Amino acid sequence: MKYGWLWLLALFVTAAAVFSPGASFAWPESSSFFTPQGPIAQAEKDHFLQTAAITMIAVLPVLLLVPLILWRYRYGNRKASYRPKWEFSGPLDLLMWGVPIAIVAILSVELWQETVSLDPYRPLPSEKAPLEIQVVGLDWKWLFIYPEQGIASVGEMGFPADRPVKLSLTSDTVMQSFMIGALAGQIYVMPGMQTQLQLMADAPGLFEGENTQFNGAGFPMQRFRAVAQTDEGFANWVAEVKAQGVPLDPQTYGKLAVSSTPAEVHRTLASPQMPADAVWFSPVAPDLFERVLRRYHQGSALEPGGQPGSFLHDPDTLSQSLPETTQ
Amino acid sequence: MSGTSSLHWLIGRLDLSSLPILPALANPTPSEIVAAVAALMVILGGLGVAVLITWRGWWTSLWRDWLTSTDHKRIGIMYIVLALVMMVRGVLEGVVMRAQQAAGLDGGFLSDGHFAELFSTHGTIMIFFVAMPFIAGLINYVMPLQIGARDVSFPMLNQVSLALTAIGAALVMISLVLGKFSTGGWPAYPPYTGIAFNPGEGPDYWIWSVAIAGLGSTLSGLNFVVTIFKERAPGMKLFDMPLFTWTVLCTAIIMVFAMPPLTVATLTLALDRYLDFHFYTNDLGGNMMNYVNLFWLFGHPEVYLLILPAFGIFSEVISTFSGKCLYGYKSLVYATMVISVLSFTVWLHHFFTMGQSAHVNAAFGVASMFIAVPTGVKVYDWMATMFRGRIRLTVPMIYATGFLTLFVIGGLTGVMLANPTISYQVHNTLFLVAHFHNVIIPGVLFGLLAGYHYWFPKAFGFRLNERWGAISALFWITGFAFTFFPLYVLGLMGMPRRSASYVDPSFEPLTWVAMFGAALIFCALATLLIQLRVSIRDRAQTQVPLGDPWDGRTLEWSIPSPPPEYNFAIVPRVVGRDAFAEAKERGQGYPKPAGYEDIEMPRNTMLGMVVLIGGTALGLALVWYIWWLAVLSLVVMIGAFIAKSFVPEPHRIIPATEVAAAHEAWLAAIAKASPVTRAQETSAENRGLAALEMPEGAA
Repeated sequence: MKYGWLWLLALFVTAAAVFSPGASFAWPESSSFFTPQGPIAQAEKDHFLQTAAITMIAVLPVLLLVPLILWRYRYGNRKASYRPKWEFSGPLDLLMWGVPIAIVAILSVELWQETVSLDPYRPLPSEKAPLEIQVVGLDWKWLFIYPEQGIASVGEMGFPADRPVKLSLTSDTVMQSFMIGALAGQIYVMPGMQTQLQLMADAPGLFEGENTQFNGAGFPMQRFRAVAQTDEGFANWVAEVKAQGVPLDPQTYGKLAVSSTPAEVHRTLASPQMPADAVWFSPVAPDLFERVLRRYHQGSALEPGGQPGSFLHDPDTLSQSLPETTQ
Repeated sequence: MSGTSSLHWLIGRLDLSSLPILPALANPTPSEIVAAVAALMVILGGLGVAVLITWRGWWTSLWRDWLTSTDHKRIGIMYIVLALVMMVRGVLEGVVMRAQQAAGLDGGFLSDGHFAELFSTHGTIMIFFVAMPFIAGLINYVMPLQIGARDVSFPMLNQVSLALTAIGAALVMISLVLGKFSTGGWPAYPPYTGIAFNPGEGPDYWIWSVAIAGLGSTLSGLNFVVTIFKERAPGMKLFDMPLFTWTVLCTAIIMVFAMPPLTVATLTLALDRYLDFHFYTNDLGGNMMNYVNLFWLFGHPEVYLLILPAFGIFSEVISTFSGKCLYGYKSLVYATMVISVLSFTVWLHHFFTMGQSAHVNAAFGVASMFIAVPTGVKVYDWMATMFRGRIRLTVPMIYATGFLTLFVIGGLTGVMLANPTISYQVHNTLFLVAHFHNVIIPGVLFGLLAGYHYWFPKAFGFRLNERWGAISALFWITGFAFTFFPLYVLGLMGMPRRSASYVDPSFEPLTWVAMFGAALIFCALATLLIQLRVSIRDRAQTQVPLGDPWDGRTLEWSIPSPPPEYNFAIVPRVVGRDAFAEAKERGQGYPKPAGYEDIEMPRNTMLGMVVLIGGTALGLALVWYIWWLAVLSLVVMIGAFIAKSFVPEPHRIIPATEVAAAHEAWLAAIAKASPVTRAQETSAENRGLAALEMPEGAA
């Protein structure tokens, strides 16, 4: 084609134009691991950039040489040599296989080390004991239970900065995926099963948390504020939640578990003293998290009404189907 | 759900509210109107085609020459027509989704449920009803010609496989008019798709369309494997096979082993939904993680199943249009085989975030990363093939260029995603969406389109319009870049995939860039269809009856275009690789045969049509709980297979005299024609006889 070269140029200009926003863009500080706010996200970003840089050793030659070869060996260029029978070169083949193998070998070693050291189950190194939070995924909100403090919250996850947080997670509906991008990666939550995630914030701040696994109509609304505070601020927050919270008994849990967005939950359960996007609970029924987990392991079928997220869900059936604690 | 209607025994759970046009009249929101327009397009499109066929009087020929044909070439073309029709819908859905996200700051114009249906159908259609049939079509058309065969090993089974694929596509299309499709995404993870959470017909549409089409793909895979092992022309060793055929062999083996897990996953999900089993329910010991494993045990080999034939096509295209033999043929074959084996060892990287131990994640991460090695080697081999060639930048080469440059970026992000630590962050975000579109569009789709342009003159005897083809290719390339590069950035910014709306205003500018890209892709599709129209109109100037418009290297170019029903008047004897190129160099490209023999070809059969109609009825009956129809259609289909086995003579004979007359006439036309050089490749002089291309001074 006559205009092929112009078009090729257009392609590269396009690619450059499209890629440039990445460099200059205003990153949302609160939601992206590209503006990391804790050691895990920081390590993940570093690993991301390092892997990209090393892999470019294999990619750049292609991006540079393909246009050059196309131009140099175009049909009309009779000055270029033409070797229609050339089909193999030992040294070249060694290079072609050797370089990618070497790159992947190096990357694999890093992959192994990073995967082990950033394992979401691995406790974070710190002098301070981790804060334990239990997370229940519901349609379409997250419930945070603080077993030590005896409080719970929807729409807001308060925690102290510079202290590890150990999350135990489950779901009381379909599969979801929990993520606070600026602090750590995501982990699935599944009914009847428990997963774990460790994270830590470097300093007080406000971060966006979300569910990344589609779970129905309210999916885009399933977000919350993760609020890292000073130790003192966190203590104050706990005290405030204790003072203002409504009790989270099985009946309230049944209402909470109805498919609804955080805003709808706020309308039905919150008192005016609570923040506009959160609902606070205190006291919390003992072992609520374990009871939610155990509901699915009773050896008998769940009553249709006892399944949050299901079309037949009925709050009363659910509150009765929460198994008693074993105390 | 309950049978309140007195017609329940007759029409199951169907009722008037299943028609999308009525809700749109009652409640004309933008979302309902989009749904109603889509339904009308299906109905009017179907009616329009029926009227056109009636008006032109094509029904007889359609039935005799196409629908009941067992000719692998016609079956291949029908597969590709199916793929193109479904691609129109898939691309339109993509454009609507991009528009929704561009308008999606705090809202948008579609309901959440409608958006969810769109991403579910888009994924299901693009994988199962565009990529798969397009690939099956090209394989069907080209592979038997490349190995010097007269048909595939099991022509009737081939027809049935096409019918099974078409049933799946038909069910997805019918879901636009009757009821709603699934909202569970293309992998349809339970428990979301279980009966407790989604009791409607949506997940059932997904289950039956995918299960039935998947069965067709398994059978196709068997057919291709046996054909390659048993039907090669005498003298053609495995290491003499063209590279496309090699990739087909590997793909077909993957089909045979990777499709069954999908069948198991879909049917066990159906057992959960229909018969109260508890494979994947929350209670009674069900476990969704088993489904996720089974699905990706299919799903990951699937992407290599898609891309390997595309690699094969690029190998043929780059070698032909560089005027060279392939560099590193054996390297490419080994790389293909390594990829096929590794493709079964990496499925877990689709869910590094499911909570398994770090060492399991790391092992699968390393395996995933190693796939980059053979893939990288292939890219370098293609570059070395172009090196010291004489490259003509025809439309297939434009696609190959776009592929080489864009695909390596997809490879780069693939290597990154192989790292569990990085996957923790970008999994389920638009980064992932950008990555798999970056390998599937420049890799699979560009490969298929390159193959479409490359082999079109073989199938129809005339070339496609170069100018419109180049315009379309450039729209695809730029459209891809504008649509999906912004999605990488959006993903890194933390935007989850499958979001109908969002609240972070910093996402908005890039969603508009992506929307612009989607508009370019729409233009790419439109110009592709315009090209077809223009090419048919101007076909008098682009005739290539002599069969070799591109100075081809493999056997399919050694016969007339379009080829006779029996492909080869005389089955060629093959010595070595690039059989036709070698023969042309020795001046023996068009040998005069010593004699002709009668040729036995399979007869037409209407079994495929019985399966198509019966299977569609069965699918609909299962989706809507119309049990009498399910039993009836199953009985009819099984009966048809039994009846077919009593047909005494499935073959017919084409007499040697008829073969001789056609072949001699073609040889005479070649003797009279003057060969053209590659400079005249895209001109009207190119009637399909190539002049030898020699290095300067070598002649």
